[in-house]
Formats: sequence, C-alpha cells, structure tokens
Amino acid sequence: MENMMDIGLGHYLSVAAILFILGVFGIFLNRRNVIIILMSIELILLAVNINLVAFSVFLHDLVGQVFALFILTVAAAEAAIGLAILVIYFRNRGSIAVEDINLMKG
Amino acid sequence: MILPALAFYLFAAVLVLAGMLVVTARNPVHSVLFLILAFFNAAGLFVLIGAEFVAMILVIVYVGAVAVLFLFVVMMLDINFQELRKGFLRYLPAGLAVGAALLAELGLVISGWVYAGPADSVRAAPTPESVTNAQALGDLLYTQYAYIFEASGLVLLVAMIGAIVLTLRSRKGTRRQVIADQVARRREDVVAVVKVQTGEGV
Repeated sequence: MENMMDIGLGHYLSVAAILFILGVFGIFLNRRNVIIILMSIELILLAVNINLVAFSVFLHDLVGQVFALFILTVAAAEAAIGLAILVIYFRNRGSIAVEDINLMKG
Repeated sequence: MILPALAFYLFAAVLVLAGMLVVTARNPVHSVLFLILAFFNAAGLFVLIGAEFVAMILVIVYVGAVAVLFLFVVMMLDINFQELRKGFLRYLPAGLAVGAALLAELGLVISGWVYAGPADSVRAAPTPESVTNAQALGDLLYTQYAYIFEASGLVLLVAMIGAIVLTLRSRKGTRRQVIADQVARRREDVVAVVKVQTGEGV
C-alpha cells in the first residue's frame, strides 16, 4: 500500500507503456480505416511524450520537456499532412480503405 | 500525500480507458471525442507531475488544433464506416498477440530498470530551483535550443504549405473574378448609345 500511494517514475512509465500498446493495438485492429490509424499514431506519440516528461521531471533534467514540445510540433505537422493526403485520396477514389491503396503495387 | 496519488490513478484510469475506446469505438466521431478526453487526462497527469507548460500546450495544440482537424475530416468525408470495420474481428487475434508481446517486453524493461548513480552528472539542463516551469523552459528553449526551435517552426510552415498545396484544387466550371479583365474594359466596347424613334422600338 505504501508503494501504491507513492507515485514514482514507474507509475508514469506504466501508463505510457499501456497507452503505447493501445496505439499499436489500434493500428492492427483498424487495418482498413486510415483515420483511426492516424489517431492511433497520435496516441503513440502521446505515450512517448508522457515518457519524456516523466523522465524529465523525476531525473530533474529539463531537456525532456523541450523535446516533448518538439515532438508535439512534429505530431501536429504529421496530422495535418496525413489528413490532407487522406482528403485528396478520398476525393480521387471515393474511399479511404487501406486495402484499396495499392495502385503502385509496392 | 494521498490526494495526488488518487488524482494520478483517476487521470491514468480515464486516460487508459479513453485510449481503449479510441481504438475500439464504432463511430469515428466518438473516437475523436475519446481522443480529446485522453489528451485532457494526459494534460492532467502533466500538471500533477509539475510540467504545467507542456500540459497547457498539449491542450492547446492537440485539443484545439489536431483533434478539431480530425473531427472536421471525419465529419466532412462521406464514408461508410461500417464497411471499414469488416476486418475488425479478423485482425483482433494478431493485434492481441502483438500487444501482449509488447506489453511483456515493456514490463521487463520497466521492472528491470535501475537508476545509475553517475547519471546525475550528465544532465544536459538541470531543472532550476525557484523558477516557474514556463520560465525555465523558455530560458532553455530560446537560448540553447533556439535553432531547433526555429527549425520546428519551419517544419510547421512546410506542413502548412504542403497541406494547402495538396488540398487546393481548381474546379472546372466555376466562375471567378478576373480583375485584369474588369479593369481593361472600356466604355466603347460595352455600351452602345442608340437613338430610338418614338413609337418604333429598337
């Protein structure tokens, strides 16, 4: 009980790990829906941010929070570009199913 | 002592629950709303831990911009989402297997993790005492990380221009204003003064 009520780095890392796994799980679960996949990526990035901020606070090093801000920037840019690609893909094909995205046979 | 712990457990539980609902919700609009809930609770965790600035930026950037962007796209596109959920149960075992493997690995990492004593001496920027979180971050961000800060601004600019270029289209059949043509019109070209005889018409 002592350990349960004394919130430490391990607690935050556990939450971040669970959130990360949920994100990966979401990518697998919604293989056809690009929007949910993008949201899962946001969840993964959030988990990474929680990790960085938790380490930053518990190890008394501010650089982790600076990095969290940069990750936030990149996540926002990624969401904007991803959704823009999604919109033009839907405009051209009338669907956003991932399985239809095989024009280049890559 | 007990109140922060309870707050942590509350935020963490709602965060994990919301994350779970994001990936399993039937309706993508609900997914986006649960994503917003998850971001709010993550911000709560950050406030609890003493990283207020990142928490507020998280709310502003994620809830204010990214989640609203998602919401707009989900609502604007006319997609049959039931069709997209067909493979849901088929992919469930694979997803569960990968999730379980990842959970085991991360569990091993977290449980086996120990803090190395000399690590204290290699801290890049020790958190200053008696300075607010926002001020400490600003002191660091605008001095030591100024170039990276500007580079991240460039990343955002490129993303913005990219999104506009990608989605901009000139539709056929639309009538738009051409200022040059309007300015180049002369009176002689477009107005004809006709003397009309009374009772005859043009």
